[in-house]
Amino acid sequence: MTPADLCGLTMHEACDLLKKREISATELTDAVVERIRNIEPRIDAYITVTDQSARRQAEAADEAIRAGNAGPLAGIPVAVKDLICTKGIVTTCASKMLEAFVPPYDASVMEKLNNSGAVMVGKLNMDEFAMGSSTENSGFKITRNPWDLSRIPGGSSGGSAAAVAADMCLGALGSDTGGSIRQPASHCGVVGLKPTYGRVSRYGLVAFASSLDQIGPITRDVTDAAILLSAIAGHDPRDSTSVDRPVPDYRAALSTDIRGLTFGIPAEYRDAEGMDPQVSSAVEAAVRTLTDAGAKCVDISLPHTEHAVAAYYLIAPAEASSNLARYDGVKYGYRNTEAGGLKQMYNRTRSEGFGAEVKRRILLGTYALSAGYYDAYYKKASQIRTLIQRDFAAAFTRCDIILAPTAPTPAFQIGEKVDDPLQMYLSDIFTLSANLAGIPGLSVPCGFARGGLPVGLQMMANHFAEADLLKAAYAFEQAAGINGKKPEIAEDTA
Amino acid sequence: MKITKDEVQHVAELARLEIADADVEKFARTLADILEHAESLGRVDTTDVPPTAHAVEISNAFRQDVVAKHLENEAALGNAPESEAGSFVVPKVIE
Repeated sequence: MTPADLCGLTMHEACDLLKKREISATELTDAVVERIRNIEPRIDAYITVTDQSARRQAEAADEAIRAGNAGPLAGIPVAVKDLICTKGIVTTCASKMLEAFVPPYDASVMEKLNNSGAVMVGKLNMDEFAMGSSTENSGFKITRNPWDLSRIPGGSSGGSAAAVAADMCLGALGSDTGGSIRQPASHCGVVGLKPTYGRVSRYGLVAFASSLDQIGPITRDVTDAAILLSAIAGHDPRDSTSVDRPVPDYRAALSTDIRGLTFGIPAEYRDAEGMDPQVSSAVEAAVRTLTDAGAKCVDISLPHTEHAVAAYYLIAPAEASSNLARYDGVKYGYRNTEAGGLKQMYNRTRSEGFGAEVKRRILLGTYALSAGYYDAYYKKASQIRTLIQRDFAAAFTRCDIILAPTAPTPAFQIGEKVDDPLQMYLSDIFTLSANLAGIPGLSVPCGFARGGLPVGLQMMANHFAEADLLKAAYAFEQAAGINGKKPEIAEDTA
Repeated sequence: MKITKDEVQHVAELARLEIADADVEKFARTLADILEHAESLGRVDTTDVPPTAHAVEISNAFRQDVVAKHLENEAALGNAPESEAGSFVVPKVIE
């Protein structure tokens, strides 16, 4: 097997080959690290590459495989978004504020990955503090879409999606507050899953909007998403919002028999403003594929959809303005050392440490929570959130899975929307409702638009119905047969 | 919807941010765009609709009040810009 073949394996293929000892974990990790070295100058997906600790983890995995006591992900090279705390490894959130922050502990998902034997090859680029839809808000670098280097990979988990698409790791973790796993997965032609709020522990995830944030997998296929979700899900006493429910074997739930599932198609999503006709037709073709595979489809309505963007962009910044108050130059992170007194130190530290979009969201959130505006903005948005939840609850009495586009357009050009934040926010229209309602959502590749740009199909299910969601996505993936197409990226031979 | 430069500076002060004069206008414009879009929420009747702060039904999570192992002092201070005698050091508070 050539190094390129190794890097292009899915996680489950690599697991099988490792178990049969046809390949070794060190050989696989070396190939992935070499691949990162060669194409990182074109993609810029990584903030930190942990090649040395990865080598040690790979050697330990080979040893465990030989000894017959290997974990389920032993020897699989994965990477994580750089807002998941990694003990002893710098965790920046793509912010100057945390440029030198070395967490003294691992996030719960990292403990779980480490215990499963996975090999962590690095930390991935993102929009600063996960605020953005293009990864252009990173304080360090702009990640490029592997399918078209002049375009954004989506965001905020743009590094994660680009790295998976470009074979720079076999699978990755991202986080999703308003679409930040699903939208980049859609733009990069990979699978992305935002679990139910509370399904995965947020302990050690740097907080953006705590009532919306959730960690999830970004992978090459649905089977890998099921495997990675099983590895990271579960109750954690250190996150009081994580839910104490058994974690099913999600992979065992995968099947192409979806005759028992009803799919709902929301009228409001069809006529959404700014829909690209090629995205519409790719999604319509996906509905036909599912119908041909035996699915029952019904029309449904989510009447408060048009208000989701406004409600979200008050609630999320309000929570962020409170969460980000912790960056005060005292306990960790950047500090301005020239200030005369405490208050000036706070002001200068925060003004120099945060980028423009983070400041905008802090200002917006502070405004929405401030005296005289609280009722009109934050409280009103929280009431609209209830109505959006009720829309979904009503819809799930009629269907099991809701079908929608993931994003209204394919990946846009780098620089196209940077000066118009509202336009950037509006591109999240299809994804952020799931966060407001706390339900799981998944993006699976469903076709290509002009210029060979990937288009994603979004599926959403009721709380904790990830098994149904993955089954539906797996059945679609098998029926559509578009998996396995890869972007062509020239390697820089060093 | 209009946000004045003074309003931007007032909110920035509340959030402990300093906004350079050159940037105030841009923040005022983009914030006004977003808040104008949010005006549409005012048209939705939310009489008797309770606000939602948490999307999944769970009750309060209690734990036993017992001493357990937590981060050692040294590790907790490890990322501090300045520390001394096991404590965080801040610039003088009273000026």
